[in-house]
Amino acid sequence: MTDAALDPGAVRAIDLASDASRARLRRRYRAEARFRAYGIAALAVAGLFLVLLVGDIVIKGLPAFTESRVTLTVTPQLSQVSTDGTTGADALRGGDYAAPLRASLQELFPEVTSRQDRRRLFFEILSGGAGDDLRRRIMADPGLIGRPVTVSALLDDSADMYLKGRLTGRVERTGRGTLAISGATGDVTLDSPGAFRDTLATIKKALRDEAAAIEAAAGRVAQRLEALPVGDPRRATAQAGVDADRSRAAALRARAAAPEAPEVLGTDTPSELVAVNGGIVKLTSIGPSQAQGRVLVPLGTAGTVSEGAWRTITLLQPEGSRRLTDQHIAWLEDMRAEGLVTRHFATRFFTSGDSREPELAGLLGGLVGSLLTMFVTLVLCLPTGVAAAIYLEEFAPKNRITDLIEVNINNLAAVPSIVFGLLGLAVFLNFFGLPRSAPLVGGLVLALLVLPTIIIASRAALKAVPPSIREAALGVGASHQQAVFHHVLPMAMPGILTGTIIGMAHALGETAPLLLIGMVAFIVDTPQSVTQAATALPVQIYLWSDLPEPAFQAKTAGAIIVLLVFLFVMNGLAVVLRRKFERRW
Amino acid sequence: MVTDHPETFHNQGPTTVNRMADLTMPLTPAAGLFTANEAKVTARDVTVHYGEKQALFGVSIDIPERSVTAFIGPSGCGKSTFLRCINRMNDTIPICRVAGEIRIDGADIYDRRLDPVLLRARVGMVFQKPNPFPKSIYENVAYGPRIHGTTTSRQELDEVVETSLRKAGLWDEVKDRLDQPGTGLSGGQQQRLCIARAIAVGPEVILMDEPCSALDPIATARIEELIFELARNFTIVIVTHSMQQAARVSQQTAFFHLGHLVEYGATEQIFTAPSDTRTQDYITGRFG
Ligand SMILES: Nc1ncnc2c1ncn2[C@@H]1O[C@H](COP(=O)(O)OP(=O)(O)OP(=O)(O)O)[C@@H](O)[C@H]1O
Ligand SMILES: [Mg+2]
Repeated sequence: MTDAALDPGAVRAIDLASDASRARLRRRYRAEARFRAYGIAALAVAGLFLVLLVGDIVIKGLPAFTESRVTLTVTPQLSQVSTDGTTGADALRGGDYAAPLRASLQELFPEVTSRQDRRRLFFEILSGGAGDDLRRRIMADPGLIGRPVTVSALLDDSADMYLKGRLTGRVERTGRGTLAISGATGDVTLDSPGAFRDTLATIKKALRDEAAAIEAAAGRVAQRLEALPVGDPRRATAQAGVDADRSRAAALRARAAAPEAPEVLGTDTPSELVAVNGGIVKLTSIGPSQAQGRVLVPLGTAGTVSEGAWRTITLLQPEGSRRLTDQHIAWLEDMRAEGLVTRHFATRFFTSGDSREPELAGLLGGLVGSLLTMFVTLVLCLPTGVAAAIYLEEFAPKNRITDLIEVNINNLAAVPSIVFGLLGLAVFLNFFGLPRSAPLVGGLVLALLVLPTIIIASRAALKAVPPSIREAALGVGASHQQAVFHHVLPMAMPGILTGTIIGMAHALGETAPLLLIGMVAFIVDTPQSVTQAATALPVQIYLWSDLPEPAFQAKTAGAIIVLLVFLFVMNGLAVVLRRKFERRW
Repeated sequence: MVTDHPETFHNQGPTTVNRMADLTMPLTPAAGLFTANEAKVTARDVTVHYGEKQALFGVSIDIPERSVTAFIGPSGCGKSTFLRCINRMNDTIPICRVAGEIRIDGADIYDRRLDPVLLRARVGMVFQKPNPFPKSIYENVAYGPRIHGTTTSRQELDEVVETSLRKAGLWDEVKDRLDQPGTGLSGGQQQRLCIARAIAVGPEVILMDEPCSALDPIATARIEELIFELARNFTIVIVTHSMQQAARVSQQTAFFHLGHLVEYGATEQIFTAPSDTRTQDYITGRFG
């Protein structure tokens, strides 16, 4: 037991001066430096992707948090806002509050008379829900009827997106030189020495580019043509196509080659608007010093204006491939120039439910649905999960059965969430007949999903409590159960809560199982109880992401931001809890 | 290999205590210092297995009341194992099996009808590493009385906490910060807090498993002083690796080796005239 072992010859001192030893040291330093470099590189890559992801979502999602409105002075008539000529609440509720708004817009643009233009102005500039605010105000104070009221009317989603610069690229320039206009309405001629030369050059360059693209494509087809056997009937038709393309390209090149020749602007080229004398002219054909145009918003007067008193607006997206025509945009530009357009924080985004109209759609339904679902999940999971963990960790006899249970809890944690959704569909909906789309069922399904996580985290937290604390409690005559509940559990609580919160955060972002139990329906009303139909936040994101409107794309990103904020807050809470309750022993 | 010499120390042990106690403090007759010490704990043929491995081989010993008994021996010889048999702490280790008989005041503590939890209230334990609860100093001491319901009012509890801390010689250092965490004290203070916590439930026997091994010499000296004083009221069993400590604080010493109780007797005798060569070798530092 004592001096039996150590043979002094067996231990050899390290020769620190030897070359081998120095080389070993250098190798170790290099290995350590390499490892650090890998670590930093990995972090940098991860950070870069995170920044890209978050940046992209924030840029896309920001428009969802603001809405555009137009300030209008309206005089609501009793005949418009009441269904039966009285000011009873029911009569007022059914009234047409868009009518006074339309009347006010008509006053703003009296020249709009055609059916098509009126439809555009009244229904594609103003939101379908523009009258809602006015309804609220008049129902609160019927005395406003018949008197001028200033309202801030919500704009349609496309108008909103245009004003936020999301619908088309837009370049505004102050006009160079004087500008002579032949008339105030209808088709007009604009003269300005050299003012349109740059624009024309850009158009010619675009023509050249297009010709080159067509030629390249035709060349590729022609090459593949060679491979076809002679006499193949497809050869002739293809050759005809190639020839047509080539002549089209040649025509474009010819137009591009004449720098002074005027060009016609169509629906497949960028639009040029000229704002002058309080009106807007759309250019239809453009030469270096002269342009033809059509008045979209009447000018105050015709005649000559001096340099700097007019501006050009280039809309890069061709009219044919955008959601608003030049006429819509001219009205918006005019209202904006008059200072009628305002941008507001979109409280609607948080206080209203889903809608088919992007500008009216909000998150509240999804938020409340998610909260109700989370509530059900938490109420089910936390007590069961913690109780199961305590029993398994502290009291269960260690035998085959508990081993089996333990293995299966770990297995459950690895089961894909969609399987739980199918289970919920089969058991909760079909067997127990619980209501479809209800947060109750969503919560049950997510509880199944989160339970293993909570049990595993809680067991780890219980296991991490040092045995000395248990012994101390037993040593003063506490029973096993007292030791567990008085000392071990409180010390494990931060870990348990952290595990629970992370589990809940996981559940909050879970979508697949909710789709299967029908929480994916289009639901306008905010759910009031756990048995009413509802969606959840991630499902709302999924639903919106499927819609074509650019405004819904913004809403999707906005909802993702909200969801991420919730997740960050939950995870932050977990960290705070851990810090707060973390004690050294 | 069991050596029992109860008669040899029954007369010597207490005398030593009295003489040394005389020097440090006034004597109170109520402390029962002059009564002859009966055997408080008696063990007969105690055998312990951890699974297949046998850790103790037929240990028999009589531990007298109100005195300090030291267990010494090389590492792994079963000192802690035997100590933990006395308050049935080994019950918490699933693979541990205890055979034989241990009696406290004549009552078999391995009796089926006896509740081990109540036993542990009567047989307190202080561990090698100070292990205060991560709660306030007050709560640390008050925990035992609270769960056993030995106090009925807050006032009584305050009193118990104060007396326990006083007995543990910690009162003056902590009386102004009873609400601060016990884990914030120094190592020596923590260990005295653990002792206060153990005596707050009014045990008859206090088991100490190397209570000073994590402490510096000054803190050790304080604990030793404390042990010495506590022996006036409690039966103390202490495991130690320090010969000097055993010699300083104990009246009886038991030497364990490879699971056997090799020799047991008055401390003076074990250290001056051991009858077994293994004891001799261990004490003189030839092995261990
Ligand atoms: N929980 C356990 N499981 C299995 N074997 C154990 C356990 N505790 C102790 N043993 C074994 O029992 C024997 C005695 O251990 P014990 O802890 O009583 O020794 P000790 O004398 O207290 O040693 P030390 O002075 O190092 O504390 C050792 O061989 C040890 O390996
Ligand atoms: Mg030990």
